[in-house]
Amino acid sequence: MNTDNKLFDLQHAVVSFRIGGVLERTKLIAVNDVSFSLSSEKPEIFTLAGESGSGKTTLARLLLGDLEVTSGKVYFEGRDISEIRKPAEKKAFMKKVQPVFQNPFETFNPLRLVESYLFDTALNFGIARNRQEAADVVDDALRQVGLSLAEVTKRYPHELSGGQIQRISVARALIPQPRVILADEPVSMVDASLRMEIVNLFRKLRDEQRVTVIYITHDLATAYYISDRIAIMLRGFIVESGPVEEVLGNPMHPYTQLLKESVPEPEPRVKEAWAKNISLGATEVKEYSQIGCKFASRCPYVMDICRQVNPPDVQVNNRIAKCFLYTEHARQPEATEAQDAPVAQQ
Amino acid sequence: MTLLSVNDLRAYYQTEVYGISRTVRAVDGVSFNLYPNEIYGVAGESSCGKTTLIKVISGNIKPPLKAYSGSVKYDFDGYEVDMMKISQEEMRRAVRWKEISYVMQGSMSVLNPVRKVIKTFEDIVETHQGIRDRKAFLEQTRMHINQLGLPAEVLDAYPHQLSGGMRQRLAIALATIFHPKLIIADEPTTALDVVVQRGVLQMLKNIQARSKNTVLLVTHDMAVHANVANRVMIMYAGRIAEEAPTEIIFKAPRHPYTRHLISSLPMIGVRETKTGLRGAPPNLANPPSGCRFHPRCPFAEEICRVEVPELITIEGQHRVACHLVKEGKL
Amino acid sequence: MLKVIRDLLRYDSRFRIAFILLTIVVVMIILSFISPYNPNKSFQVAMDTPPSFKHIFGTDSRGQDIFWWMTFAVRNSMIMGVITAAISRVISIIIGLTAGYQGGFLDRILMSVNDSFVILPLLPILILLGFLLRDKMNLFLLGVILGFFGWPYDARLIRSQVLSLKERSFTRTAVYSGTGGFWITMNEHLPFVLPIVFATTINNLLWSIGMEVTLSVLGLSDLTTPSIGTALFWANQHGALVSGVWWWIAAPTLVAIILFLGLYLLFSSINEYIDPRTRLRLIGG
Repeated sequence: MNTDNKLFDLQHAVVSFRIGGVLERTKLIAVNDVSFSLSSEKPEIFTLAGESGSGKTTLARLLLGDLEVTSGKVYFEGRDISEIRKPAEKKAFMKKVQPVFQNPFETFNPLRLVESYLFDTALNFGIARNRQEAADVVDDALRQVGLSLAEVTKRYPHELSGGQIQRISVARALIPQPRVILADEPVSMVDASLRMEIVNLFRKLRDEQRVTVIYITHDLATAYYISDRIAIMLRGFIVESGPVEEVLGNPMHPYTQLLKESVPEPEPRVKEAWAKNISLGATEVKEYSQIGCKFASRCPYVMDICRQVNPPDVQVNNRIAKCFLYTEHARQPEATEAQDAPVAQQ
Repeated sequence: MTLLSVNDLRAYYQTEVYGISRTVRAVDGVSFNLYPNEIYGVAGESSCGKTTLIKVISGNIKPPLKAYSGSVKYDFDGYEVDMMKISQEEMRRAVRWKEISYVMQGSMSVLNPVRKVIKTFEDIVETHQGIRDRKAFLEQTRMHINQLGLPAEVLDAYPHQLSGGMRQRLAIALATIFHPKLIIADEPTTALDVVVQRGVLQMLKNIQARSKNTVLLVTHDMAVHANVANRVMIMYAGRIAEEAPTEIIFKAPRHPYTRHLISSLPMIGVRETKTGLRGAPPNLANPPSGCRFHPRCPFAEEICRVEVPELITIEGQHRVACHLVKEGKL
Repeated sequence: MLKVIRDLLRYDSRFRIAFILLTIVVVMIILSFISPYNPNKSFQVAMDTPPSFKHIFGTDSRGQDIFWWMTFAVRNSMIMGVITAAISRVISIIIGLTAGYQGGFLDRILMSVNDSFVILPLLPILILLGFLLRDKMNLFLLGVILGFFGWPYDARLIRSQVLSLKERSFTRTAVYSGTGGFWITMNEHLPFVLPIVFATTINNLLWSIGMEVTLSVLGLSDLTTPSIGTALFWANQHGALVSGVWWWIAAPTLVAIILFLGLYLLFSSINEYIDPRTRLRLIGG
């Protein structure tokens, strides 16, 4: 059941696609049995971390309302979002859930002035009644991200740096006074010296504007820096989730351990774990179509059952790991009913 | 012995569109040396000029790019090459793949997508050396692949059947087939997942350790330099800001840009607030006067606006281009 | 606007040549209004005289000064071409943009209609229409008919451009800015589509004038109205080549070449100018 104090509430959400040509169609499950929720009382920064093919982009589109679940439910503020069909309702949803995209130079039309999108947003969502008022609203939003209308007016996207455009993109997302901002790899295409500005901005949004930020990334370092909670995705599953200091500080799931080890640190003392030779697969192991745990083919602790059945969500204190290591199987190999751990996390 | 000596190199892009002519001063006075048996990292953000630098160094100068002045001289164990004067024919015959090879972001530019991998190897060897004994060639190629830790079966596969990481490692295998003295790796792992990146970089390190050649690694990812490079050069707006052994760059940088860059890098385990640099990298068609970093530098003084700082050696292999460092103020 | 023309004149040699050629065409059209000879009357001047100072293109077998007759021909052909281009542009833009952006069922219907038009064998149909409407056929009507047949290729082209534009991030940004479909099409997509429209307009103009020439030569158009095609028709009727009156064929051919070349170069240079990529290089991207 969904309660009203949740902003987003996903329950066993599955998104699958049929891919392939006329003769051969296979099913690709991009989002597989994903459950988590975000509180509407306490804004937080929630990170969805994963590599390419993990499903995080599909999950992002699901949350934005671009896609529909194949099974399971997605609730926003208590309402099933698949029921949002009428244009007025869609607009009301968009007012509350806004995106920030990855590529600053694609976010805005290169042939249009950047400010035009901000004015459009202010007018279309009724935040301002005319251009006069809109100018104030836009200036205000820009100031919240460290810019101003005077700096940005009459400029085209290519006249600005990637960092500036991303900040403008955040400002635009702030104009309708949303409850959630969904940032999809917002700094991966931004110069290193400009990244912190934007990432710090998300903290500010959480603390001052009380906006919940869903931060999607493959960069664990920035994720550690700003998140409250993190969920690690692998091939459509959330394999581990919980407070970021615990998940990244003391990873439970073997995949999280591998990820953490593989992140190169900006410290020149050679990280021994990183330098340890690893073997990579030659061909793209069809991890998607594997039965059982998607990490089984690479896991140093793999057991027989891992290759047969999907691991259950196991709750340990305030963390959840989808791994047989934390069930009785690690001690006695006997079949257990896979149970779903309760989802709400504060 | 110096493998490569670059002296006051200036390379600009000159475009003219409907009467509007624009000169982008992408590399504006760069001098550095490469020595055998090292991994030399070139770091810098967008529009710092590192891509242009690589193009000039590897002899890939095509309009609208033009090398205006300066020199790029190689010494391959006695075989001397002046990049500004060499003919395309000699480049193709003697230098490319044999003395200098290239690993780029996106292996598909070197692996022929419609032929099996072994064929790409054949093409390259055929062109640059000629294959007299096909069996011996196949044997040697297999050995080379195995030595690099790759399974020999990949030679019989098509590129699209292989994972991105494997393709990139094959690109490295291709680049090392003639055991060149210099391997230029331009953002070789940028588009790869972090676990795959680790494997590819390890391979590069192993190759370098074994053949004791030189790797010029260009990437904007400082963490990669920290784990792979011996010396690092930081480029900013077409010029060198600082160059030093890796340990010093990360532990004791002197140039304000480097210092800010290093301190702003996020790390797992650290949550204290870090700040970014204000402003943005300059437009190289219209760069700031004097020190190009001065508009963003928190310590900028009058001289910084007026005079271009020289790249001076402050200690051993540590060079910095900053007036304030020179005067001992920083 | 003037600045644009000045820039093009100065830097684009194609535009300069086009300018010259089309000036000739425009001058001829203007001259048609002050023609000393009535194109419909015969025996106004001596027949079959070769080009001379008095009669620049010579005279034909009906006693017409070919030059002055051609001024009318050019005017009429251009008018017809413009009508066709206008009508087909409008139709193709509307259909292309709508099908591309809306997708789904509407797209499938529109494209089915589109493809049906594409496979129609146009020349036989026009010939048929020519026969049926013999008396009522005039250039204006021909222009309209060609307009209604001339849009399918371009509609598909526009549609595919819109399909790719739809996937780009800025379309999503516009959606999340609350902009409705119509305005997204107008503000975001149309600027990218316009270069295609210009490019296809030239094709369209050339095609329609060419069609007109074809029909007229076959005698299926309004033969009393001077046009480039009817010039050739009448020349053939009177066996111009056989009787050695080569200038009667040469004149419309020359005029056609000037017209076609001029139009092609004009649109080619304008097209490059308004191409978004060029515009970006100009602004300094």
